[in-house]
Parts: sequence; C-alpha cells; structure tokens
Amino acid sequence: MSIVDTRTPNPKSFIPGATGDWEVIIGMEVHAQVLSESKLFSGSPTEFGCPPNANVSFVDAAMPGMLPVINAECVRQAVRTGLGLKARINKRSIFDRKNYFYPDLPQGYQISQYLDPIVGEGVVKLDMADNGEIEIGIERLHLEQDAGKSIHDQHPNMSFVDLNRSGVALMEIVSKPDLRSSEEAKAFISKLRTILRYLGTCDGNMEEGSMRADVNVSVRKPGGAFGTRCEIKNMNSIRFIGQAIEYEARRQIDIIEDGGTIDQETRLYDPKTGETRSMRSKEEAHDYRYFPDPDLLPLEFSDAFVAELAGNLPELPDEKHDRLVRDYGITPYDASVLILEQARADFFEQVAKGRDGKQSANWVINELLGRLGKDDKDIEDTPMSAAQLGTIVDLIGKGDISGKIAKDLFEIVWTEGGDPAEIVETRAMKQVTDTGAIERVVDEIIAANPDKVEQARAKPTLLGWFVGQVMKASGGKVNPQAVNEILKAKLGIE
Amino acid sequence: MSVDTETVKRIARLARIRVTEAELAAYQGELNAILGFVEQLNEVDVDGVVPMTSVTPMALRLREDKVTDGGYAERIVANAPLSEDNFFMVPKVVE
Repeated sequence: MSIVDTRTPNPKSFIPGATGDWEVIIGMEVHAQVLSESKLFSGSPTEFGCPPNANVSFVDAAMPGMLPVINAECVRQAVRTGLGLKARINKRSIFDRKNYFYPDLPQGYQISQYLDPIVGEGVVKLDMADNGEIEIGIERLHLEQDAGKSIHDQHPNMSFVDLNRSGVALMEIVSKPDLRSSEEAKAFISKLRTILRYLGTCDGNMEEGSMRADVNVSVRKPGGAFGTRCEIKNMNSIRFIGQAIEYEARRQIDIIEDGGTIDQETRLYDPKTGETRSMRSKEEAHDYRYFPDPDLLPLEFSDAFVAELAGNLPELPDEKHDRLVRDYGITPYDASVLILEQARADFFEQVAKGRDGKQSANWVINELLGRLGKDDKDIEDTPMSAAQLGTIVDLIGKGDISGKIAKDLFEIVWTEGGDPAEIVETRAMKQVTDTGAIERVVDEIIAANPDKVEQARAKPTLLGWFVGQVMKASGGKVNPQAVNEILKAKLGIE
Repeated sequence: MSVDTETVKRIARLARIRVTEAELAAYQGELNAILGFVEQLNEVDVDGVVPMTSVTPMALRLREDKVTDGGYAERIVANAPLSEDNFFMVPKVVE
C-alpha cells in the first residue's frame, strides 16, 4: 500500500522537541461489533453477559466437521456501514483464514477478509473547532469473526476460556494515516461511533467492548517522510486513546532526539501509569499465512441489493448537520455538537420547532447538556422535557423573563418539575416591563449616587454600574435593555 | 525455491507440531519435493488470469439472522481435559 499524504501540516498540532517541531501521524483500525441476533457463521446468539459458553454452538467451538454458513444480516450491516462511510461497495469479496494460535480461538484461525474486502475506500468528515472541516480517508472495511475471552484471575496457574463472543461478527474499519493529533483521533472515533449508531450497525458501547481500536502512531518532522510506527492495541476508551497518543508521540520523539531508532512493535497502554509498553517480542512476530477459506465461496451480491439498502438508510450525521444549519440558522459548530447523539438532535428539534433556532441551540447545549453532564446523566434520562425547555425559551422571547431569571427558572424546573409559565406567574418572576416602575428605581439610584453620575457622564462605559444596581434593586426582574435605555435618557448619554 | 532446516523448524512451530532435530532432514526433503512439484506450475503463463478461489460455479449461500443454536455449554466443554463452571481451563496464557 503506498501512502498518500492528503493533509497540510498544521502548526497548531505540532509537538515541540529539542531539535524543533514534530508532527504525529495516526491511523486507526477500529473493530466494531455488528448488531445482529446471531453470529456471523453460526446460529448461536450474540447476547452480552450470558453464562460461560452458553452462546456457543459446535461451529463456534470448531468441532471437527462443522461448516460455517454466513448470516445475511451481517452482510447487510457491513454494506450499510460502507454506504454511511461514502465508501466503495465491493459486490464480490472473499473470506480468508488468518492463522494464529491462541486458546480463545478454537479454530486455530480467524475467518476474515484480506485481499478482497466487502467495502473499499471511503471518507469521514470531522468538524474541528480550531481547524475547520477535515476529511479522514477510510482504507477499507471487512467482516471477520470475534475471538473468545480468556480470564486470568480465577486460578493461580490456569486461564479460563469463555467462547460466547467467539464467532460474533466484527467489522474492522481501517482509516488511512490521515490523523495529525490526539484531538483529531478522538474526534474521528467519536464521529465513527456516531455514524455507526445512526445506522444501527453497531451499538458503539466501548466499555462493553463492542467497539475497540488499535491505534498506529509515528512521528516525523512536519511534512517530512513518514517514520516507523508503533501499534497501540485494544483501546476501549476515547479519553485513553488521546492519552496514549500523547504519551507515545513524546516517547518516540525522545528516542529519536537521543539518537535512537523506533522499533516497529505492538504496545499496550496502561491507564494507571499513563504509559505504553511493548507487548510482543520480535521473535514471536506473527505470520498469519492468509489463504482463501475453502469452506466459504466468494460473497457476491447485486446492484439491486445495494440499492435497496441505500434507499432505506436513515438520515446520517452529516446530512442532519447540514439540515440543522440550514433550517434553524445555527452555527456549524453547534450543529456538530447536537448531532453527536441522535437523541440530542431530536431534543433540539423539538425545542427549536417554531422558535428561535440559535436561542434554542444555546439552551440545549449550554444549559441542558451542561446540567446533564453535572448530574452524570444521558439525555435519555433528562428530567426536563423539550416542551418545558421550549416554554422557557418562549418566556425569554416574549420578554417575560430575563436571561438571568431564566437560569433560575431552569434550575427550578430541573429539580421540581412543573409548567415554567405557571412557575413564573406564581413565584412573581416576571420581568418588570412597566417603564414607570423602572424609572422610579432608576431615579432613586441616581439621586443616591451623585458622584457616580458625574463619572458616568465623563465615561459612559460606567453606565454598566448603574445597570447592575438597578438589576440588584429589582431582583433581576427588569429587562436590562430597557434599563439601559432609560438610564441613557436620564443621564443624557448617547 | 527450497527450504532450509530453519524454515522447517519455523513451519513446525507455527503448526504446533513437535519435530525433533533427527527428523528435520527428512521433512526438509519432503517439503522440497512438494515445492519442486508445485513449481512446475510456473511454466504456465497466468498473466491477466483471475486467481481461482473456488471450483464451484456459485456464490455463497446466506442464512437468515435467527438464533437457532447454542444453549448447551455442558456439551461444549464435555471433551475438555479440564473445565470448571463450563469454562475451558487451559495453562495460563498472559501477554
């Protein structure tokens, strides 16, 4: 594979070293468990958290004479994912045997796809806050079997093997080495997870292991030749992926700057120490001896098969992003935050329908998501409905409450529930719009502070002090805009 | 193309087959004879011919996504030399 560098070096992501700046080059291999009822080549269930070996058939245990039969839904899921990645769909693909010896792989080989994968090149778009929109190339996607699970802490000198996961379908999604910082790598895996969740092809639960990533990291002088890479295996947390890349890039830079060379090797990240360490010794270097699996014929399907799947795809994150910007007039960055989860975008749309889009986005992103984060809750568990938040936005829009009071109201509705409009009435939170009442307060404050009046006339920015005093005197229930107008008039400031 | 004794050792190790030093020469001879026989294929011009991965003129048959198997952990581990709570037990492997 020849590597084409599609990116322009971005000084913001350079890493300083003793000999000048360095650039980190990252590529990822993401293993995503396919959402299906049964396994890739057998009829046993894929359910998570079952008793040991309960979800195992004689095919999964590789008993002699058992033959694999492919699951049509897993094929459809792989094609859907390929379409979601705007990738080339290969109507003919081949299953190969990848040979290696390990107790959780009873066949002695993993059925995978090597030279002819089901999906070819595609692309994932990322919205980077500081670097705009970037495109990350997808090299390929192929179908393969997951392995079983070994447990090492049950016995002093034996490992326990559970084959429940053995044979569950995985999609291995390989990116091109187009990522140039830990931030981009984290954004990539988040976006990929969002796409898979929208498509319903993988649940994306990294804690349960249904999405894991191998991260390839190398460093080079900006724009120079690619360096030797190290592969950090089996990462199942977005935060740890970021930390591992930061550590690994620094480690490689230090070695090179000390006159050393990087060994191409597999490493593991230890979240406790924040370091990566070498995993396999070189003499054990793997020799997979791929060859076409003689038990499986080539996988072939028609254009009509692909067209039907393409016709039934849901709205994808990028399409939703563009529609939210277009229909609600929100910023592309706000849209990228809202589309991260489907439930978030749905909630926003319920709030924003028939209301001010920017104001709605602001309240959903800054207040609602912020508050959810504070309580460590998902949007599915929000105590505040879209209708309630919508009413708060309405009250602000009508001028019934100020932004400051709205935040208090938000907190009341969040903790106590109820109809925001009614709460505003019963608790006398309504903004004073009666200019006569505001004028009386303004007059009192002007009369009590002749020195400040002089200063404000000389330096109109001091008007803010008066606004603050009026707000305080009225318990925040006056419209700051109105106060400003009245003050200016009374003090004769333009 | 021919294999040396080191390659024979490596192939044996990858296949998890124990081959003693005394047996190496014999296996080397056998493997080289097989390779020599297969090498006759090099005489055929295969430029532009798609590699044949199957001799059957049909595509893969697909099955519907239904749970039809599993649920017999005792039978899965029945022949295991060692098992506990329906786990297979194997000599400790930690990487």
